[in-house]
Amino acid sequence: MIENRPFITVISHLMLILGVAVIAFPIWITFVAATHDSVRMVQIPLPLLPGGHFFENLDQTLNKGVEGGVSLGISYMLMNSLIMAMMIAVGKIAISLLSAFAIVYFRFPFRMGFFWMIFITLMLPVEVRIIPTYEVVANLNMLNTYWGLSVPLIASATATFMFRQTFLTIPDELLEAARIDGAGPMRFFFDILLPMSRTNIAALFVILFIYGWNQYLWPLLVTTDQTMYTAVTVIKQMLETAEQAPEWNVIMMSTLLAMLPPVCVVIFMQKLFVKGLTETEK
Amino acid sequence: MLKRVHFGPSILPFMLVAPQIIITVVFFIWPASLALYQSLLIQDAFGLSTEFVWFENFQVLFEDEHYLGSFHRTILFSVLVAGSSMGFSLVLAAMADRVVKGSMAYRTFLIWPYAVAPVVAGALWVFMLDPTLGILTYAMSWMGHEWNHKLNGYEAMTLVVIAAAWKQVAYNFLFFLAAMQSIPKSLIEAAAIDGAGPVRRFWTIIFPLISPTTFFLMVVNIVYAFFETFGIIHAVTQGGPAKATEILVYKVYNDGFVGLDLGGSAAQSVILMAIVISLTVIQFRYVEKKVEY
Repeated sequence: MIENRPFITVISHLMLILGVAVIAFPIWITFVAATHDSVRMVQIPLPLLPGGHFFENLDQTLNKGVEGGVSLGISYMLMNSLIMAMMIAVGKIAISLLSAFAIVYFRFPFRMGFFWMIFITLMLPVEVRIIPTYEVVANLNMLNTYWGLSVPLIASATATFMFRQTFLTIPDELLEAARIDGAGPMRFFFDILLPMSRTNIAALFVILFIYGWNQYLWPLLVTTDQTMYTAVTVIKQMLETAEQAPEWNVIMMSTLLAMLPPVCVVIFMQKLFVKGLTETEK
Repeated sequence: MLKRVHFGPSILPFMLVAPQIIITVVFFIWPASLALYQSLLIQDAFGLSTEFVWFENFQVLFEDEHYLGSFHRTILFSVLVAGSSMGFSLVLAAMADRVVKGSMAYRTFLIWPYAVAPVVAGALWVFMLDPTLGILTYAMSWMGHEWNHKLNGYEAMTLVVIAAAWKQVAYNFLFFLAAMQSIPKSLIEAAAIDGAGPVRRFWTIIFPLISPTTFFLMVVNIVYAFFETFGIIHAVTQGGPAKATEILVYKVYNDGFVGLDLGGSAAQSVILMAIVISLTVIQFRYVEKKVEY
């Protein structure tokens, strides 16, 4: 503490509490909406305090869906989101680890060429090349498959860069020692490099899981079959049906469920999350 | 960047980079080159004939008032999103940096919106501002204002800006707080001894010292507003009413997938790519030099 000014400290706390309230208010309203029945949710003004229909809504949302809209329960979509997010996170980490290993530890022709090729992907977010990418995926018959959902999003320059950075800080003596002990490249990779980058892998996993779970545009294009929708894209369909028959209790329950997994990841793995966020942006 | 001690040439490194290179070529480089090529073509509505037209698509775009309008809107939108969300989080971070107790608890409560998908953020706010049922609409009607973002373009823009900025506060707050906490306490103490009050210290010491972070966040926020907010626009306003919220990314999608104007849409993609590439280059230069004033 630099100086004792109790008044300013109190003001700071008040402003922070106000800030937290502004940030949390939408979630509170969503939660409240998810605990009332559909009759209450069309009466003005809408409630500010929770009601007693939480579990009914949960059951309807998970298993039945909205009338006139998506007829499947959202449990399917949550499963799809989970599979997609896991495939993206695991896939990105696996291919980036391997390519970073090759680029840092091997001398081979076109090494820098490959590096720049990977670097370019950093500059091309999926939003700017949607139509040709869609055509490629359609030609490969990957529409409405988990592969089509995840593989085009897997290539990542950020992950490769981060692992490259991590590997460069690992002392050379370790490789010399491993060689003297007779370890080949893959043995060195699995027994020394992998264990040493464990926290980096975990931190990156947290970030990539959130990234994968929250994908919107790409799943929207690639999935036309209801059983392949993801939890995040289904919100949009529900908002559309809300124009005719608002079942806000179910819609808000779905919204709550769709954001719960990544939010839990951030809150419970905060340390890894902060590490991952600050290191991938470097 | 190659290790001093390394393995010699063999087939193995090629196999190691192969998965990433194959995916990069098939899903990134090939589609991006196709977009470049398509942007030089005009296809008729049935896809029966295509004609190579050089830069006509671009010429048409830059004479199209809808496209230029969309460009202006995107710039306005990203300035509003970046400005409001950075301003809000800068104030909160300055406060959290001041309080000795509980700054980590506040951090936990402020960073989770990072994990909320843009479309979900849109759903939260569109529910609160629903013209007939929304709770904030109700509050505003007490104050004599009839909110209807489905009819009023300015209100629709306000809605998407709020939803986009709300989500981004978490990210900005985290980086601002980290930057402020890394400032040596002795600097601030010295200023306090010289008689500078908290506000003066903020503007003369803290704010200049976090300027590299501010600059970095500005680039990140602009990229975010340009590209990642697609979900909010698509779910909440569909670019309407009367194109009042049609930003560039939404227009690429809408012209390509809904309007089926492949050449025009590809030309727009190419322009967007150029924007991303220049923003990335700016960001990388920053990483190298660490702007300081």
